[in-house]
Amino acid sequence: MSLSNTDRQLAALLRVGALLAAVIVLLILWFLFKESWALLRQVTWTRFFTDASWHPVAGLYRITPMLSATLYATLGAVLLAAPLGIASALFNQYYAPPLLAAVYRRLIGLLAGIPSVVYGFWGLTTLAPLIGRLHPPGVSLLTGILILTLMILPTVALTVDAALAAVPVASIRSAAALGLSRWGFISGVALPTARSGLASGTLLAAGRAIGETMAVLMVAGNVAGQPHSLFDPVRTLTANIALEMAYATGDHRAALFVSGLVLMGMVLVLVGVAEWFGKERSYV
Amino acid sequence: MKKWGLAAVLILMIGTAVFLLSKPADTKIDKLVLTGSSTIAPLAAEIGKRFESLHSNVRVDVQTGGSSRGVSDAKAGLADIGMASRALKDDEKDLHSFTIALDGISMILNRANAVAALDKQQITAIYTGKITNWKDVGGNDAPITVVNKAEGRSTLELFLHYFGLKNTDVKPHVIIGDNQQGIKTVAGNPDAIGYVSVGAAEYEASQGAAIKLLPLDGIVASVATVRDRSFPLSRPLNLLTRNGPTGLAKAFIEFATSPQVHDLIEAEYFVPVQH
Repeated sequence: MSLSNTDRQLAALLRVGALLAAVIVLLILWFLFKESWALLRQVTWTRFFTDASWHPVAGLYRITPMLSATLYATLGAVLLAAPLGIASALFNQYYAPPLLAAVYRRLIGLLAGIPSVVYGFWGLTTLAPLIGRLHPPGVSLLTGILILTLMILPTVALTVDAALAAVPVASIRSAAALGLSRWGFISGVALPTARSGLASGTLLAAGRAIGETMAVLMVAGNVAGQPHSLFDPVRTLTANIALEMAYATGDHRAALFVSGLVLMGMVLVLVGVAEWFGKERSYV
Repeated sequence: MKKWGLAAVLILMIGTAVFLLSKPADTKIDKLVLTGSSTIAPLAAEIGKRFESLHSNVRVDVQTGGSSRGVSDAKAGLADIGMASRALKDDEKDLHSFTIALDGISMILNRANAVAALDKQQITAIYTGKITNWKDVGGNDAPITVVNKAEGRSTLELFLHYFGLKNTDVKPHVIIGDNQQGIKTVAGNPDAIGYVSVGAAEYEASQGAAIKLLPLDGIVASVATVRDRSFPLSRPLNLLTRNGPTGLAKAFIEFATSPQVHDLIEAEYFVPVQH
C-alpha cells in the first residue's frame, strides 16, 4: 500500500512527536541519575535500606519507611476508591433518572477539578482534628488515605462511567429480550464487557495517588518512620522531595534525587504490572 | 528503522548543541558573587533581583554552602560578599560585618492549651520524648504532639542550636515544611507544640489563628523583642567583606541595609533592622 503525500507528512510529524515524548522520558531518567550520582558514588546503595533513619543532614539515608508509606497510602486509597467509584458509576448508568444522572456527573466532574492543595487544606483544618480526637496527633496514614480516596474517586467514577456507557446497545437489548433482571444484566453483561475500562480506571487512579504530593504533605504528618498503625504519621516519597528540596544542598539534595529515582522505579513496576495484567486478561 | 535511529541521534545532538550555546557568553557584565548561609541565600537572591533591575549591567550570583563557607570565602576573597547567619566569632573579627535582618523563632502552642510558659529544660525534654504528657508541665492530662521542622530548614538549625539538640534525638509526631503549615497544624491540634518564625507567628496570631506565642526566659516573643535583641532565640543575618567594602559590593550592601528592601525581608519572615 503506497502512502499519499499528506499521509507521509502526517506520519513524519507523528514520528517526531512520539520520538520527542520518548526522548523526554529518557532525559528525565538521565537527569535523575546525574543528580543522584554524587551520593550514589560515595555510599553503597544498600544503605538506603539499612541505615537507622532518614536524617540526610547527619548522613543517614533510610528510604524504606517512605517507600512503604507511599505503597500503603496508594493501596489504601485504591481499595476504598475503586468500589465506591464503580458503585457510583453503576448508579449513574443504570439506576439514576436521566436528569439526576446528568447533574450527578457534573458534580463528580467538579470534584475532579478541585486543586489538590484545597483538599489538603480542608484535610489539615477539618479532617485531621477530627481524627485527632479519635487518636492523636490526627495527621496520619489514615488521614492521607481518606484525602487520597476523595481525590481519586472521580477518576475511577468517570472512567468506569465512560466504559459502561460504551457497552453496545445490542447487548443491552438482548439482555432485556432474555428477561434478565437489572442486576443480572450488570453482573453478567455490563461489568464483564467494561472490564478493561474498570482496570484502566483503577490504574489511572493508582497513578494519581502515587504522584499526589501537596495534599498528602499537608495531612500525613511527614515523620519518616515505619508506620505500625493507621494512626501513625507517615511521609511519602513525593512529600519527602517537596518538603526538603527547597533548602537541601550537596549530599542532602542528591539523596532527594535518589528518592525520585526510587519513585520512578515504583511507577515503572506499576506500569509493568498493568501491562502484564492487561495481556493476561485480554485472552480470557 | 536505521533512518529513524539516525534522526534520533541527530535530534539529540542538535538539542545538546542548542543547550550548550544558549549559555550567555557576554563578559562585559559586572558580576557580584555572594556565598554562604542558606538562610540568607533566598533573601539575598531576592535583594539581588531588585538590585539587578536598578543596575542593568550587574549580575548577582548567590551560592549557598553554610555560614562557615560565607566566612571563609569572604576571608579568602573567593566571594565579594560572604553571608553568615550568626554573629562573628572572636577570631573572625577582622572581617567587616553588616546586619541586614534578624531571624527569631517562637515556640507556639494552641490557644486552648492551659500551659502559659515552658523553660528550656522542659522544652528539651518534650522534644526528646522524655515528657510526653501536658500534665507533667502543668497542663491537662493529654498526650503532647511534637511538631518539628523538615531537615535543611534554617529554623530547625537555629532551634536545635539554641536547645543544644541533635535532630536524630528529636522524637517528632508531625514534621512540617513552611511556617504556615506549622501554624495551621498547631491551630488545629489543642495538644500540639511547635516553633515558627516570630514574624509569621505574630502576624497569624493577630489575624485570629488559634495559637499563642510562648515567652522564653521570661521575655515575650515578638518582632519588637527580636528587633531590640532581647529575645534569646534569635540571630543576626550578616553580610561580610574582607576589607571595607568598595565599588559594587559597597553599593549592594548599602542597598541591602536600606528601607528599600524591608518588604523583601518581611516576606521571608525576618525582622528588618533599624539603621
